[in-house]
Amino acid sequence: MAVTGAVMVSFLVLHMLGNLKIFFGRDSFNEYAHWLRTLLEPFAPYRTVLTILEIGLVVAVVLHMWAAISLSRRAGKARPVKYVARKSQANGYATHIMRWGGVTIVLFVIWHLLDLTFGVVNPEGFNSAPADRMISGFDPSRWWVTLIYFVAVVMVGMHLRHGIWSAFQTLGWANRDRNKALRATAGLVSIVLVIGFLLPPLAITFGVVK
Amino acid sequence: MNLTLRVWRQKDQSDKGRMVTYKVEDVSPDMSFLEMLDVLNERLILEGDDPIAFDHDCREGICGMCGMVINGVAHGEQRATTTCQLHMRHFEDGAEITIEPWRAAPFPVVKDLVVDRSAFDRIIQAGGFVSVPAGSAPDAHSVPVRKEDADAAFDAATCIGCGACVAACPNGSASLFTAAKITHLSLLPQGQPERLSRAKAMVDQMDAEGFGGCTNTGECTAVCPKGIPLDAIAQMNSDYLKANAK
Amino acid sequence: MKYTEGPEIRDTKAPDGPIEERWEKRKFSAKLVNPANKRKLNVIVVGTGLAGGSAAATLGELGYNVKSFCYQDSPRRAHSIAAQGGINAAKNYRGDGDSIYRLFYDTVKGGDFRARESNVYRLAQVSVNIIDQAVAQGVPFAREYGGLLDTRSFGGAQVSRTFYARGQTGQQLLLGAYQALERQVAAGTVEMHTRHEMLDLIVADGRARGIIVRDMVTGEIERHLADAVVLATGGYGNVFFLSTNAKGCNTTAIWRAHERGAYFANPCYTQIHPTCIPVSGEYQSKLTLMSESLRNDGRVWVPLRKNDERAPGDIPEEERDYYLERIYPSFGNLVPRDIASRAAKNVCDEGRGVGPGGLGVYLDFRDAINRLGRDAVEKKYGNLFEMYERITGENPYDVPMRIYPAVHYTMGGLWVDYDLQSTIPGLFVIGEANFSDHGANRLGASALMQGLADGYFVLPTTIGDYLANGPYGDVDEEAVAEAEIKVRNKIDRLLSVNGTRTPDSFHRELGRLMWDYCGMERTEESLRKALERIPELREEFWQNVKVTGTAEELNQVLEKAGRVADFFDLAELMCLDALVRTESCGGHFRAESQDADGEALRDDENFAHVSAWEHTPDGPVLHKEPLEYEYVKMTQRSYK
Ligand SMILES: Cc1cc2nc3c(=O)[nH]c(=O)nc-3n(C[C@H](O)[C@H](O)[C@H](O)COP(=O)(O)OP(=O)(O)OC[C@H]3O[C@@H](n4cnc5c(N)ncnc54)[C@H](O)[C@@H]3O)c2cc1C
Ligand code: HEM
Ligand code: HEM
Ligand code: SF4
Ligand code: F3S
Ligand code: FES
Repeated sequence: MAVTGAVMVSFLVLHMLGNLKIFFGRDSFNEYAHWLRTLLEPFAPYRTVLTILEIGLVVAVVLHMWAAISLSRRAGKARPVKYVARKSQANGYATHIMRWGGVTIVLFVIWHLLDLTFGVVNPEGFNSAPADRMISGFDPSRWWVTLIYFVAVVMVGMHLRHGIWSAFQTLGWANRDRNKALRATAGLVSIVLVIGFLLPPLAITFGVVK
Repeated sequence: MNLTLRVWRQKDQSDKGRMVTYKVEDVSPDMSFLEMLDVLNERLILEGDDPIAFDHDCREGICGMCGMVINGVAHGEQRATTTCQLHMRHFEDGAEITIEPWRAAPFPVVKDLVVDRSAFDRIIQAGGFVSVPAGSAPDAHSVPVRKEDADAAFDAATCIGCGACVAACPNGSASLFTAAKITHLSLLPQGQPERLSRAKAMVDQMDAEGFGGCTNTGECTAVCPKGIPLDAIAQMNSDYLKANAK
Repeated sequence: MKYTEGPEIRDTKAPDGPIEERWEKRKFSAKLVNPANKRKLNVIVVGTGLAGGSAAATLGELGYNVKSFCYQDSPRRAHSIAAQGGINAAKNYRGDGDSIYRLFYDTVKGGDFRARESNVYRLAQVSVNIIDQAVAQGVPFAREYGGLLDTRSFGGAQVSRTFYARGQTGQQLLLGAYQALERQVAAGTVEMHTRHEMLDLIVADGRARGIIVRDMVTGEIERHLADAVVLATGGYGNVFFLSTNAKGCNTTAIWRAHERGAYFANPCYTQIHPTCIPVSGEYQSKLTLMSESLRNDGRVWVPLRKNDERAPGDIPEEERDYYLERIYPSFGNLVPRDIASRAAKNVCDEGRGVGPGGLGVYLDFRDAINRLGRDAVEKKYGNLFEMYERITGENPYDVPMRIYPAVHYTMGGLWVDYDLQSTIPGLFVIGEANFSDHGANRLGASALMQGLADGYFVLPTTIGDYLANGPYGDVDEEAVAEAEIKVRNKIDRLLSVNGTRTPDSFHRELGRLMWDYCGMERTEESLRKALERIPELREEFWQNVKVTGTAEELNQVLEKAGRVADFFDLAELMCLDALVRTESCGGHFRAESQDADGEALRDDENFAHVSAWEHTPDGPVLHKEPLEYEYVKMTQRSYK
C-alpha cells in the first residue's frame, strides 16, 4: 500500500509541476506534453516511456485499490459482529477519509481522464492541443468543472495528509523523535500539492491565464 | 445516582446474544464501574437471575483482565484508564450506558462480557521472549543499557495485554499489542540476537489468528490504558520488513 | 475449637555445617535425573505467578513434561503482576556495605526470629542470580545515566538493595517469567491450562499424584495425573474480603491439599500494609496499595486534637502530630510495616483518624514538594499520585493523601522442608503459598525474591531428588475417583442450597469478623469470639447461600461460593493458631503481650517454633518445629 501510494504521490508531484507550465504559456505546456511523448526518442519509439509510466501508474492504482479492498475485507472478517454503540476516540478522520476519500478520487480520475486526456467531455474534443483542452475546460463559463476539480484536489490532499504519514509508519521510518517531523512533512507535501494543482484551473477560470 | 444499563447478554459461545436493559439505583459516585456491576449482580442473584459475567481480577489496572466497551469506547471514555479503574463520578445521574464485550473474531465471546483472548498468548509463543534458560545468565552489569533505551523499552513493556486496542481498531487489528511486545525487546541489547526472527514470527502469528491489518487510524493508542504510542507499530513494521528482506 | 498436640516435626533436608555451604551441599547431594528419563516424568504446576510461572518454565527447559494451570484467562495475569515496589538482591552494586550475610540478617530480624536460618540464607544467596536472570530476559529495570542498574532503599532497610521497574516491578518480572513459560509452551514441554481451577489433590499410596480441576468455561471436571505436584497458588489474604489481593486470590488449592494431609504452618501470620487507600463505602470490593516507596518522601501525621474536623491545610504545624517521627526518631516514617500499621491503628483508635469514619492518616508531600520541587516529586511518584487521584478524586499535590493499613500478604502457608516439599511426598509448595522464608513478618521487596528463587533456582534442583526415583507408575483409580466424587458432591451441595444470601455477602461478613477479631491486634477475648462466630456463620452459609446457574457453564457465582466455603475453614484455623500463640511477634500482635512502650513482645522460650497444623477428622493437631538460631542472635527488635 505504501509503495503504490508512493508511486502515485511521485506521479502527482511530476503532474503538478507539469501543470504549472501553463503559466509559461500554451506552447511551453504543449511542448511539455510533447516532450513526455517523445522521451528518449529515437532510442525508443513515440510514447514508449510515457506508456511504461502509464502502465506503472495503472498497476500502482490497481494494486493500491486491491490492497485497500483486501484490508477492508480482512477488517470485516476480523469483526463479524458490529458494535451497537461506537464512538471514535481518534476523531475517525483517518478511517473515513481514507476509504471514502479514495473512492471519490477514483471516480474523479475517471471523469478527469475523459475530460483532459480523451477529451470526451471536453469542449475541444480529442484532437486538440492539451493546453487548449485545459484552457477551454476551465473556461469561466464552466466554473462548475473548476469546482469539481477543487473538491477533488482537496480530497486528494486530505487523503495524502494522512496517507503520506501513514506510509512512513507502514515502512517503519517513524519513531518517537521523528514523528513530529514526519507528520509535518506529510502535511507540507499535501498542501503544496493542493495549491500547485489548484493554481492553473483557478487562474484559467479567473482569467489570469488565457 | 440512578442509571439505565444496556448490557450484552450471551449464554455461551453458540448463543446469539442480545442487549438487555437494567435499571440500577443508588449508585455512589465513589464506586468503580465494576463495583456498580457488582451491586447489580448481587440483586440479580437474589432475584434468581443469572448475574452478568465479566472478567476482572486485580481491580487496580494492572492485570489486564477486565475490559468492556462502554458507550462505544473500549474501557470507557476516561483516557488511560482500565474499566476497573473507571469511577462512577464520571457519569451523569440518569445516564444510559451501553456495555458490550470486545468484538473481534479472534476474541470469541465466552459468556456475556467475557471473551477468549488466548490469541495473545499464541502471539507471544511465536517468539515474544528472549531465549535464556534459567541459570545461564551473565552478571546483570555485564551489559550496560542506555537509560533512554531502558526507559523506552519500559514504556512499551507496560502493555497489560487487555485487548482494548483490538476492540477499538476499526480493522480489528492486534498491531498495537504485538508491536508493544516487539518494541520492548528490540530496544534492549538482550533482545538483539532474535530481533528480526521474533518480529517476523509474531507478526505472522498475529495475521494467522485472524486479526485485521493496521491502516494507521490510531484508535488503538487512544483507548490504550497504558498509552502505548503508535511509534511502536512503526518499529514493528521496520523490523518485520527487514526480516522479510533477508 | 479443640485441638491436640502431636509430636514435633523437623526439617530433615537442610544440611548442617557452615551456613554459606549448605545450599551447595544440598545441590550436590540431591540425586540427578537421567536426561533421557526426564521426558517420561510428568509434573503438574498449579499457579503461574512468579513462583509457578518460573518453575514451570524452568522444569520445561530441563526436559520434564509439565502441565501448568491458572484460573485467569492467561498465565500473565497472576497476582504477582500487581507488585509495585521492587525486589531485593544482595548485589551490593552500590558498595554501601550490603552483602548476602546482611540481607540474610535483615530478613531473619525483620521476620522477628520466626523464620529458618538455612532457608533465609539460601534465599539471600540466590537473590543475586535472580537479577541476572531477569535482566537477560529483557526485564527493563530502572537504570542510571551510566547505563547500570538503579536501586533504592525500601521498607526498613538501611542499604539500597531494591531493584525496581518504576512502580511496576512485579509486572515486569512476571512478564519475564511468562515469556519464558510461553517459550516452553511453544517448545511443547509445557501444556498450558488457563481458566482451570484446582479443586482437589489426588493422593495415592501416600504420594501426591495429581489434581482434580474444573474447566471454568465448560464446567467439566477433569483429572490430571503426574509424578509430582507443585502448588504455587499464592496467598490467602482474601479471607479478610477487603485486601490488596486480586479478587480471585483464594485458599482453595492449598486448603484442599491441607485436607489431604499437608500441614498448614503459621496460618495466623498475616501482614498488614500501612499505606493503602482507605475504604470509601459499603460497596468497596478491594483495597488498593500505595507503594511503600512513598514513605521515603511523604510524612505521616494526624491532628493533635481528637475529632478535628478542619481541612488538613487549615491545621497549623504545631497542631499536627508526626507520630512516627516522634515515636521512632531513628527510623521515622520508614519503620517496618507491622510497626507503621499498628501505630496508625493506635492513633485512629484514639479518635485522631481522618477521613470517612476516622479511619485514615495523612501522608503529606507538602515538605517534599517544597524541598525537591513539584517536578521532581512528579518524576518519582507521578503514576502513584495519578492512581490515587483516579480512585479518590483528590489531588495529592494539593491535599495530603489519606492512607490506612490493609491486609496485604500472608506469611503462613503449607509447611515445607528445605526441599520445598510438604508433608505429603511428591507435593511441593512454592511462593506465597508456602510458609518458609519470612517468619512472622515479611520485609518489603522480599516476596518477589522468594517466588523467583523458589521457581527458577531452588525447586528445579530439589524436585529432581524426588523425581529421580520415579516414574511412580499407574495411579490407583480408586483414589482418583474418590477425589472426583468429593469435588462433584461439594459443587452439587452448593447448588442445591438455594437460600437467600449471596456468596459475597457471606464473604463480606466473614472478612469483617476476621478484621475485627483477628486483624492488626488480637486478644484472647476477640479470638474466642471469632471462634464462636465463624462456625455459626459457616452453618448459615451452608443453609442459606444462593448459587444461581448450573455446574456445566461459566458460573462465577459457583466459583465464588466454593472459595468462600474454604475461607470459612481456614479462618477458623487462623484464629486457633492466633489464640494458641500467646506471644506477639512480627505481624501477629497479641495485645496481652507487649512491652512498656506498647511494642510487640516475643516469648522465645515458649514460641520459638513453627506451628504446623495437621488436619484430622478429630480436629486439628499441632506439630511444633523448633527454630534454632546459630548465626543471628535473637534480640528484641527495636526501630527507635
Ligand atoms: C498490591 C501488592 C503489591 C506487592 N508489592 C510487592 C513488592 O513490591 N515486592 C515484593 O517483594 N512483594 C510484593 N507483593 C507480594 C508479592 O507480589 C506476592 O507475594 C507474590 O507475587 C506471590 O507470588 P506467587 O507466585 O506465590 O503467587 P501469585 O502471583 O498470587 O500466583 C498465584 C497463581 O495461582 C493460581 N491459582 C490460585 N488458586 C488457584 C486454583 N485454585 N486453581 C488454579 N490456579 C490457582 C493463579 O491463577 C495464579 O496464577 C505485593 C503484593 C500485593 C498484593
Ligand atoms: C481507489 C482509490 C483509493 C482508495 C480506496 C484508497 C484507500 C486507501 C486506504 C484505505 C489507505 C490506508 C492504508 C494504510 O494507511 O495503510 C490508503 C493509503 C494511501 N493512499 Fe490511498 N486510496 C486510493 C487512492 C489513492 C491515490 C490516488 C493516491 C495518491 C495519489 C493514494 C495515496 C495513498 C498513500 C500515499 C497512502 C499511504 C500508504 C500507506 O500508509 O502504506 N491513494 N489509501
Ligand atoms: C486540478 C488539477 C489538474 C489538472 C489541471 C490536470 C491536468 C491534466 C492534463 C492536462 C492531463 C493530460 C495530460 C496529457 O494528456 O499529456 C492530465 C492527465 C492525467 N491526470 Fe491530471 N490534472 C489535475 C489533477 C489531477 C489529479 C488530482 C489526479 C490524480 C489524483 C490526476 C491524474 C491524472 C492522470 C492519471 C492523468 C493521465 C496521465 C497519462 O495519461 O499519462 N490529475 N491531467
Ligand atoms: S497495547 Fe494497550 S490496549 Fe493493547 S493490549 Fe496492550 S495495554 Fe491493552
Ligand atoms: S486502531 Fe487499528 S488501524 Fe492501526 S493504528 Fe491502531 S491498529
Ligand atoms: S481488573 Fe486487573 S486491570 Fe482491571
